Amino acid sequence: MSQMKYYYELTISSSPHAHTHHTTRIIMRDVLIALAPALLGSVYFFGPRALVVTLVSVLSCFLFEKLWCKLAKQDDKTYDLSACVTGVLLAFVCPPTIEYWQLIIGDFFAIIVVKMLFGGIGRNMFNPALAARAFLFSWPAAMSTWVKVGWENQAGILENADIVTSATPLASMHQGLMPDTSILDMFLGNVGGCIGETSALLLLIGLVYLLIRKVISIRIPAFYIGTVAVLTFLFPMGNDRLPWMAAQLFSGGLMLGAIFMATDYVTSPITRLGQVIYAIGCGLLTVAIRYFGSYNEGVSYAILIMNACVVLLDRVGRPTKYGARKEAAKC
Amino acid sequence: MAFSFWGGIHPHDNKQYTRDLHVQQFPAADTLVVSMSQHIGVPCEPLVKKNDPVKKGQKIGDNTGLCVPVHSPVSGTVKAVEARPHSSGVTVMSVVIQNDHQDTLCEDIRPRTQEEVDALSAQELISIIREAGIVGMGGASFPTHVKLSGGIGKIDTIIVNAGECEPYITADDRLCREMPRELISGIQIIMRILGLSEAHIGIEDNKPEAIRALKANVADSGVIVDILPAKYPQGAEKQLIQAITGRQVPSGGLPAEVGCAVINAATCKAIHDAVYEGMPLIQRIVTVSGDILMEPKNLLVPIGTSYNDLLEACGHSERPYKVLCGGPMMGVAQFDLSVSTVKACNAITILGKKNRFTVNDPHCIRCGKCIDVCPMHLMPVLMYKALYSNEIEEMNQTHLMDCCECGCCAYNCPAGVPLVLAFRSGKQKLRDAAMAAKK
Repeated sequence: MSQMKYYYELTISSSPHAHTHHTTRIIMRDVLIALAPALLGSVYFFGPRALVVTLVSVLSCFLFEKLWCKLAKQDDKTYDLSACVTGVLLAFVCPPTIEYWQLIIGDFFAIIVVKMLFGGIGRNMFNPALAARAFLFSWPAAMSTWVKVGWENQAGILENADIVTSATPLASMHQGLMPDTSILDMFLGNVGGCIGETSALLLLIGLVYLLIRKVISIRIPAFYIGTVAVLTFLFPMGNDRLPWMAAQLFSGGLMLGAIFMATDYVTSPITRLGQVIYAIGCGLLTVAIRYFGSYNEGVSYAILIMNACVVLLDRVGRPTKYGARKEAAKC
Repeated sequence: MAFSFWGGIHPHDNKQYTRDLHVQQFPAADTLVVSMSQHIGVPCEPLVKKNDPVKKGQKIGDNTGLCVPVHSPVSGTVKAVEARPHSSGVTVMSVVIQNDHQDTLCEDIRPRTQEEVDALSAQELISIIREAGIVGMGGASFPTHVKLSGGIGKIDTIIVNAGECEPYITADDRLCREMPRELISGIQIIMRILGLSEAHIGIEDNKPEAIRALKANVADSGVIVDILPAKYPQGAEKQLIQAITGRQVPSGGLPAEVGCAVINAATCKAIHDAVYEGMPLIQRIVTVSGDILMEPKNLLVPIGTSYNDLLEACGHSERPYKVLCGGPMMGVAQFDLSVSTVKACNAITILGKKNRFTVNDPHCIRCGKCIDVCPMHLMPVLMYKALYSNEIEEMNQTHLMDCCECGCCAYNCPAGVPLVLAFRSGKQKLRDAAMAAKK
């Protein structure tokens, strides 16, 4: 009975005793990696300030969550990196000229009000970064000043004056005109806009990485972008359908929204059919706001509105359980 | 093979530890503890008492009703008849036998010639299977004679389960490679009993040598080897039926309702032994494996051997963190290594500290990965939510009772939510609620 010494030292627990290595932290890390190309692109287009803005946003989101956990005496969950993802995404949907204090207020709103007050990760109803962007429109001028691409046009890291502004393609398309920028420039990101949203190419590289790592499925981005493509192709303003559709797809926050925002696990439906309806809804609302709204960009509001429908969409498309269909029994 | 089952996962199979190791006879220990409860149904009543002499293969416990007898794995004397710890976590009545190492066979054990076997009727075969104490050896331990006698006329498809989708376990793989003739002869006996000319063996494509061995021996026996993609839980009864026939067992029903009988490969071998050798089920192949073992082994273990003896024979490089009866996906964690092997125990898995995975206060992130992998097409995330808020009706609506506890959802959960643990307690809540409603 030499082995009896193990008597009290064995661990007992319910099966399964094996676990995947794809933990929440790994998934969030993969999302951060997928966002990296777009971040590098933003530095190329908007100068080092874009990087500093992103880092400030990440750090404040992280610290706000840590602080909340401490004050609310909860388990510190910042280890899962989800706050960092929110920080990057919020910075990505802000113009590179945003004041740091405004950004930090946005981070506070995203983490404390939208996420932690609803119960923390997994329990928030709205995408924190998008809700905070909507909140930051309390300063509409700051949120819709678009700086020209190129380092010589940028404000310094610590200042925010004398910048050369430009009209974005979305603004001219809102008037029903094809933008001055070429479609190729829009696809590559050589165009004014928010920090992370300008380059469709770099965001698509991120999408490919997320698909390879099986973090997300293609369902939501495909149906979202597809719906926008079909609608803008069918109802172009002007005569050229194809360039109009391409300009709509590659401008504004559509790629960023469809790849990184609408696919947020917490605020999107869990059933396949629900996800499809949700993505189509996002596409419809985006086009509707771009065409008929008073503001020229509809992605963030479209996703926020569809976030609110998720509880209902989860009731749609529940899979038929095994053994439920009697007629399938004898075949 | 046009069919597959839904969902499923691909855990690392870890079968490399024991895949190529021959099955070794494990010498019977000095003391064996034979449990009287090794099957689903009524436990056996001990037929011997303290100080009685017993012979190898002698019946030492039996009962009426849904029950199969148990036999002594060795010859010797009965040391005690008392409650002993069992691998299910409770204590059950057991017969403790002092081995005299003489292996004196019981007089009843007599091999049959092929002519004698051919002369047996289906009913006689079924009674031989019962008397040999044969149960489903894949884990469920349902008495095989009941499955067969209840299935005559109803069953049109025999499926032999050699799927063995659990990581680490190679017992059935080795059985197919080393004893394919006995296995197929056992299947032919089942085909005779059920009056069918065909049977399917379901085996995963990660066992090429076993597939080759089986194919080389099927000849014109009517046995078809169905090669299935390696995916957990391929060897689960309902999923195997879906993969081979495309049929779905109705909720809460038995495979016989869709004309299927699923019989484990080891059970078929035991049926062969019982019919041709006259040998009752007193030993079985057990894979003793794990990431911290010095010498993982495939062993032919007399039933009643204690885990301590097996662990000692294999040696371990660090202190065991978990000892499981079965594999890591559905195995039962043991706290007392003096428990002994039973008929349905196909593996003992010993895991080291690096398998530790615990999350404090896990938060579901609604990724839906549990839904993607659920082979029963349930929605674990909603089941968990209903359970969390203690809503009995919602628990029923999300079909909590259909959960087969295969562990795919909990394996795949990035947040580390203990889903299977929660569903086990939820099922109990539902049973309690149903009982309360009846009163």
